[in-house]
Amino acid sequence: MIQAKDINFYYGDFHALKSIDMEIETNTVTAFIGPSGCGKSTFLRLFNRMNELIDNTRLTGECLIDGQNIYHKSVQVDELRKKVGMVFQKPNPFPKSIFENVAYGLRVNDIRDKSYITQRVEESLKAAALWDEVKDKLKKSAFELSGGQQQRLCIARALAISPSVLLMDEPASALDPISTSKIEELIHSLKKDYTIVIVTHNMQQAARVSDKTGFFMLGELIEYDDTKKIFLKPEKEQTQNYITGRFG
Amino acid sequence: MNKRLKQKIAFAVFRILGLMVVGILFWILGFILYNGIGVVNWEFLITAPKEGMTAGGILPAIVGTLCLIAGSVIFAFPIGVMSAIYMNEYAGNGWIVRFIRIMTNNLGSIPSIVFGLFGMALFVNTLKFGDSILAGSCTLGLLVLPLIIRTTEEALKAIPDSFRTGSLALGASKLQTIRRVILPIAFPNIITGLILSIGRVSGETAPILFTVAAYFLPKLPNSIFDQVMALPYHLYVIATSGTDIEASRPIAYGTALVLIAIVLLMNLLATILRRYFGRKVKIN
Amino acid sequence: MKKIRQIIERMVKVMLTLSGSITSLAILLIIIFLFKEGFGLFNNPSVEKGYALCINASNPVEYLSPEQIKQIFDYEITTWDEVSGNREDIIPFRFDEIFSMYPEEEFGIDYELLPEKLGEVIVQNPNIIAYIPEQYLLRENASVKTLPQENIRVDNFFGGKEWLPTATPSPQFGVLPLIMGTLWVSFFAILIALPLGMGVAIYMSELAGTRIHKLLKPAIELLAGIPSVVYGFFGLVVLVPLVQKALSLPVGETAFAGSLILAIMALPTIITIAEDAMRGTPRAMREASLALGATRWQTIYKVIVPYASSGITAAVVLGIGRAIGETMAVLMVTGNAAVMPNSLFQSVRTIPATIAAELGEAPAGGAHYQSLFLLGCILFAITMLISVSAEFISKRQHNKGI
Repeated sequence: MIQAKDINFYYGDFHALKSIDMEIETNTVTAFIGPSGCGKSTFLRLFNRMNELIDNTRLTGECLIDGQNIYHKSVQVDELRKKVGMVFQKPNPFPKSIFENVAYGLRVNDIRDKSYITQRVEESLKAAALWDEVKDKLKKSAFELSGGQQQRLCIARALAISPSVLLMDEPASALDPISTSKIEELIHSLKKDYTIVIVTHNMQQAARVSDKTGFFMLGELIEYDDTKKIFLKPEKEQTQNYITGRFG
Repeated sequence: MNKRLKQKIAFAVFRILGLMVVGILFWILGFILYNGIGVVNWEFLITAPKEGMTAGGILPAIVGTLCLIAGSVIFAFPIGVMSAIYMNEYAGNGWIVRFIRIMTNNLGSIPSIVFGLFGMALFVNTLKFGDSILAGSCTLGLLVLPLIIRTTEEALKAIPDSFRTGSLALGASKLQTIRRVILPIAFPNIITGLILSIGRVSGETAPILFTVAAYFLPKLPNSIFDQVMALPYHLYVIATSGTDIEASRPIAYGTALVLIAIVLLMNLLATILRRYFGRKVKIN
Repeated sequence: MKKIRQIIERMVKVMLTLSGSITSLAILLIIIFLFKEGFGLFNNPSVEKGYALCINASNPVEYLSPEQIKQIFDYEITTWDEVSGNREDIIPFRFDEIFSMYPEEEFGIDYELLPEKLGEVIVQNPNIIAYIPEQYLLRENASVKTLPQENIRVDNFFGGKEWLPTATPSPQFGVLPLIMGTLWVSFFAILIALPLGMGVAIYMSELAGTRIHKLLKPAIELLAGIPSVVYGFFGLVVLVPLVQKALSLPVGETAFAGSLILAIMALPTIITIAEDAMRGTPRAMREASLALGATRWQTIYKVIVPYASSGITAAVVLGIGRAIGETMAVLMVTGNAAVMPNSLFQSVRTIPATIAAELGEAPAGGAHYQSLFLLGCILFAITMLISVSAEFISKRQHNKGI
């Protein structure tokens, strides 16, 4: 379970997230929607402390994963990121082979057992529904794959280190419709093992894949509820306007 | 070993290396400053060397270096700027520009001693300039040409195309656009390149060895066909082959200090100019 | 009015075009002048121009190589049978020795009898080899044999192990010790500068905050701006004694001292280019690695350095180029002994240092002068090769992106 308590986040003087509270259940898919620059990606990146890579930022409030404050001093950030995997907007495989891409997370976490690595790579590629397409060319460069395949490779790469949470930052925005639907199917099948949080600006996608949806605007969490309710009977007018495409 | 421990060790090593580089810089600068500061005074700057260059000052060398700076800049600056204007504003993006750019890069990577050889063969012997300010300036001018071209080109490139189209749309010709719009904006950055090349010219020794530099010549030059002393060559001479190397050591420290001071000053000036005008352009 | 302006515009355009071609023109001229002078060397006789080597006609020797000539006059070859002649001792004879053999009056007022006397000496000594000016050669003397003149050969230049350009009667232009000296010094310079430079580049691109970066960057620019003669001076008064004392060597002016100073001088090049290359690694690569639980150090050596490898290679190549072409600093600290290097702790001499040290004394147009230009050609070719390959390598970097 992920709990965010009174989160405020600043880029320099810019107040990017304004006192946000949220609880995310285990083994569900949660979608964040909202217009560009509303803070949904920033909020997502709090869960694996990715925002720390940006200079001159500041955070107040608490963020707990399974009851532990992930910003506590005793938490090692690399351990946290092992537990909270992430898939990015654009496919970003390393300039290495397909196999090495998936094995990377295992290797950097000091796993040296070759047969275990081989086994995990296969399992992860299968879980990411990519195994059948690449099993004969594992030694080939990851750049030889199509965009959609690259993105599934990145998902496999994230799965290999057995995270419990999977963060996806607009994972299908750079892909064609067929690849997108494959990713969406994948999200469905991954739900039973992982807690998935997905940022998207495609509302149909949010409606299709998620159990719960949060709507963000100007750094505030306007509404957070079951996806069905958000899309059929939103409580706030702003949500209504956004869903029906009146702005954003 | 734990991966976090590895990181700690690696980063500590990098920090030390970073510190070391700064340390080396301060070591060199500090050493020269410490030994030279007692020698350099007004007297040192305005008198000629005496007693086999073991006493007196370095006036002829300073004057010589100033002559070479002036000469090479007069030669290289206009041509360099025009060359950059041609490349950026006229030549388009075809193979000609690519070729010229490669050639400019190549010219910039030729060792300075080769410029010395070339200057001797062309300016001194073939064109019969003799060992003279003219020959030395031409050689040094060629040497800094790539630097001037590159900085000017960067300055021109940094100007957004909207300025050009804006001016052209008002009916201005290409030349008018360059003269009234492009050059005024690029000017500070072009000057930065000029200053950097002055710093470069004042420090180069190898190209002037056989084209202009005089071992010992206490009188000041009368024309561009005279030989002159120059600071870097003077330093080389009194450090390695003076009449009494031990006795002229203090003069050598003084000369090195003056030389470094010129170079540092030019670098500083360029940095300040770049920062100051860099900000100003951004506001626009 | 309008017409005048158009004409002006056209004239300016012509001027600009001409200026645009200046660098290409300069390179062309450099190539022409360097190579014209340099390759003139191979039209020079291996014995100094205007001189001839004569032996007694009874001597069966018909040919001597430049090396044999040199060794004979250095008393390293002492009997004729070593050069396929009789078992007799060689008597080397230099022209000026004639003046101590006969009283001055006997040469005549205008030295018109000098050739005769020279002929006499050669006839009287069957085992002599005489090195005399051609103008004093007695052509019709049947008992004097002039050895055939041979031009300096290309393989003697590039394969020769001795650089003695002022030796008489047969100067040696073997460039190998100079090439080896140059490579030796530059190689160790890079060996020292590479780890140091890479470390600093990593520190600057990955670890240092903006404030430290703002301090380090100008410091490195300054390091690049210090004139090489100042580096040489610093090396001479600080590093050379230091090297001598620390390693208890007989002299401090060694290849090692040269490598040290060159390493410092190559640092800014390596740091700047390597840092730029690493900064060019896409943010997405770093984030992907960090998001998988890698530490920053793991990200650096497993993702960033491999990604920037072409840029880093280019940095090293250009650093080598800088080191190979450097003149003054090396000239001042390496001791300049033109011998084949076999240790880092002996004196060596590089190609640029040779040019700088000797061109002043070489008479224009002579073999020595031309040989120095040929050295310039070698240097030019090496640096061209380096700059072109660096360009090629860094182009590969640009094509690598997704």
